[in-house]
Amino acid sequence: MGVIVILIIVSVLVAGGFLLAFLWSVKTGQMDDDYTPSVRILFDDELIIKKKEIL
Amino acid sequence: MVYTLLEENGMCQYYDLTSMPGITAKGLFVSDKFNYLDNKAIQDQLIQFKLADQVHVVFYLPQIHCVSCVWLLEHLHKINTGIIQSTTHFEKKEIKIVFNPSLISLKQVVQLLAFVGYEPVIHLGGNDWLKKKKVNKKQLYKIGIAGFCFSNIMMLSFPEYLSNNALELGSLRHFFIYINLLLSLPVLLYSARDFFISAYTGLRQKWLNIDAPIALAITVTFSRSVYEILSQTGAGYLDSMSGIVFFMLIGRWFQDKSYDSFAFDRDYNSFFPLGVTVLEEGKEVNKPLSALLKGELVFLRADEMIPADAILLTEGALIDYSFVTGENAPIEVAIGQLVYAGGIQKGRSIQVEVVKPVGQSYITELWNSPVLKNEKNIEKSFVHPWSQYFTIVLLIIAFSSGMYWSLYDTSKILPAVTAVLIVACPCSLLLTVTFTYGNVLRWLGNAKFYCKNAAVIEAIDKIDTIVFDKTGTLTNHEDTHLEYHGMVLSEAEMIAVKSVTRESLHPLSKMITQFLMLEVSDLTSFQKIENFIGKGTKALCNEYEILIGSSSFLKSNGIPCHDSLQGALVCLAINGELKGYFAVNHAYRDGMDKMVKCLQDKGYRLHLLSGDHPIEKAHLTHLLGKEIPMFFETSPADKLAYIQKLQNQGHKVMMVGDGLNDAGALKKSNVGIAVTDQTHLFTPASDAILEGREIKELHHLIDYAKKAKLIISYIFILSILYNIIGMYFATSARLSPMVAAILMPISSISIVALSALLSFLFSYKIRARN
Repeated sequence: MGVIVILIIVSVLVAGGFLLAFLWSVKTGQMDDDYTPSVRILFDDELIIKKKEIL
Repeated sequence: MVYTLLEENGMCQYYDLTSMPGITAKGLFVSDKFNYLDNKAIQDQLIQFKLADQVHVVFYLPQIHCVSCVWLLEHLHKINTGIIQSTTHFEKKEIKIVFNPSLISLKQVVQLLAFVGYEPVIHLGGNDWLKKKKVNKKQLYKIGIAGFCFSNIMMLSFPEYLSNNALELGSLRHFFIYINLLLSLPVLLYSARDFFISAYTGLRQKWLNIDAPIALAITVTFSRSVYEILSQTGAGYLDSMSGIVFFMLIGRWFQDKSYDSFAFDRDYNSFFPLGVTVLEEGKEVNKPLSALLKGELVFLRADEMIPADAILLTEGALIDYSFVTGENAPIEVAIGQLVYAGGIQKGRSIQVEVVKPVGQSYITELWNSPVLKNEKNIEKSFVHPWSQYFTIVLLIIAFSSGMYWSLYDTSKILPAVTAVLIVACPCSLLLTVTFTYGNVLRWLGNAKFYCKNAAVIEAIDKIDTIVFDKTGTLTNHEDTHLEYHGMVLSEAEMIAVKSVTRESLHPLSKMITQFLMLEVSDLTSFQKIENFIGKGTKALCNEYEILIGSSSFLKSNGIPCHDSLQGALVCLAINGELKGYFAVNHAYRDGMDKMVKCLQDKGYRLHLLSGDHPIEKAHLTHLLGKEIPMFFETSPADKLAYIQKLQNQGHKVMMVGDGLNDAGALKKSNVGIAVTDQTHLFTPASDAILEGREIKELHHLIDYAKKAKLIISYIFILSILYNIIGMYFATSARLSPMVAAILMPISSISIVALSALLSFLFSYKIRARN
């Protein structure tokens, strides 16, 4: 049963990793704006470059 | 012209993103307007961070409204290579621009923004709301940590619940429990800190707020759990404790997540320009507003605001005071007369000499009045008295169950008493309140009624008197029309009048010309014309001698005029006889009569305060009914005094107004609602912001805000039910950690769901139109 102890410690550590990731994301301002990034990701620049080549 | 610019830079994709990108470069693009940005002192106020080759600056752009806006603003670097990067923040309507100062100046950046249609709103109180963000971050940390600890404790508690005490692996069981204890420490010491601090400050002021019983419950739960764990008699209630802290923190966050892009606390500084153009020895110099001194010459271009009370030195002043006094039409001012701060020059460029420092002008003086100095006294929420009763009842139950067990089984005194305190903490009340207010705030926001915080909703509930402003509130600033009253004019007379008014650039003349355009299309020549600035025009046209202008102008020319003819109207006399007058009316918004009627039916006492002249009194009486007390030509100070008078009579007053002239009254009133047509550009300090065309729904909005208390009462009854069940287990000293762990999430989740459902159902009236 000793393996359970190890597994539990590992699982808490993994969860702790996610907690740290969350705290880091808040600290670096990734939670400040929950709308613009979702829009920004949809802009593609390639389209314009192609247009320029045609011109 | 914007299209050409985009085309040149291969940015036509902008027009493909949405069918109606719908931004327009507002008015004429005046490049001189931003000259003040060349001043170093002003630049230092705006710039956040500076290096030799890059400068960071943040602007507030209220025009941001769609995906295209974001796209265009984030591709500014394609238009001008000097811009290194631009990042928008949609909800705050902000843009952060990084630019290279050797390629493009701050002024040019602003000019570029203005040119593509996003003129930044630059004012002195610019970056106030950056502070708020940090507090919010701490709250997120607390929620994250509480959530982490709660879910892990819950998971590690499962063996304990499900084993039915058959868990014989003693060492493993202790391992689980000690990890739980370890995990609960951050919740107790960090996440739940606000509750303890708030309870402590409340108790020091000898007042039991809702956080006091919550702090008590957390402490009791934790100490009993520690006792059970150390004495090896049980696993404690650490999962329930961390769960409840987690849910309550989420509730608070949900309620406080309000409108980032709105600034509710503006004082006059926000309305004035950051810099002014001063003439020094004939040369134009840009100066920050704060450095403006008495006696300096200020150069004002069209559409610029007068920064301080001053004397007019050049011709062509046409000042729009609608924002300051609520007056309808622009006023022509003659050389040597006083112009007041806050007026906007509508004609060509003028020069004025400052006679009073910025802080002491007619409009800013109001802010120095002692009445406004003290903060609005926020009444304590009804939740606190409720939680007080709750706490008293709780203590009585705990005490009596302790008494009961002392008679039968003394070993069960402590378990029973602590179990009562654990189960029946007013956490559900706090959850109900925070989630319900959060929901109500959001539905009101959906209906374009933006409240500053939850306290405003409670304040609306207590209102019994509503005071309206007229100009800009009941009427629409952008929609004006002219009316002619008096003797019917013959066609020849109309042609003559039109030919005269056509010669003048005064906006009222222009309106009259347009008004007559519908009637006659011909023009005639006149023999003689004389203009008197600020008064009127005298002309000889065919056989008609036309006098057109203010009533005092006609009087001075020997034509008897009635004294009531004052304000935004133009009197007309032909051949020495008063024919009638043209009155400028701002159109009333639709549905005002119905809204007023509904509010009266509900028992509100309504009042009307207007800074305007009483010419429309008859019309207003007809529109709104006779019972409404109406006051005209009220100064900002009068309005403030009137609100105070009503409050002294014991009324709770809601003020609905716009403009700086209402600012004092808005601040003094119990609930100040600022009405705005341009998406929150110029709103004075207020508790709530309402979009102009939604004012006809005011009665529904007030109604809905009042429903919040009802919803809370309903859910509170439900939570009492849960408490009775929990109490049954607690008083019989049979509260197992498992019962607590089941009851806690069920009650929390059902409360949250019910609150969302009820606030949705009650909002049908304000949703109906959208």
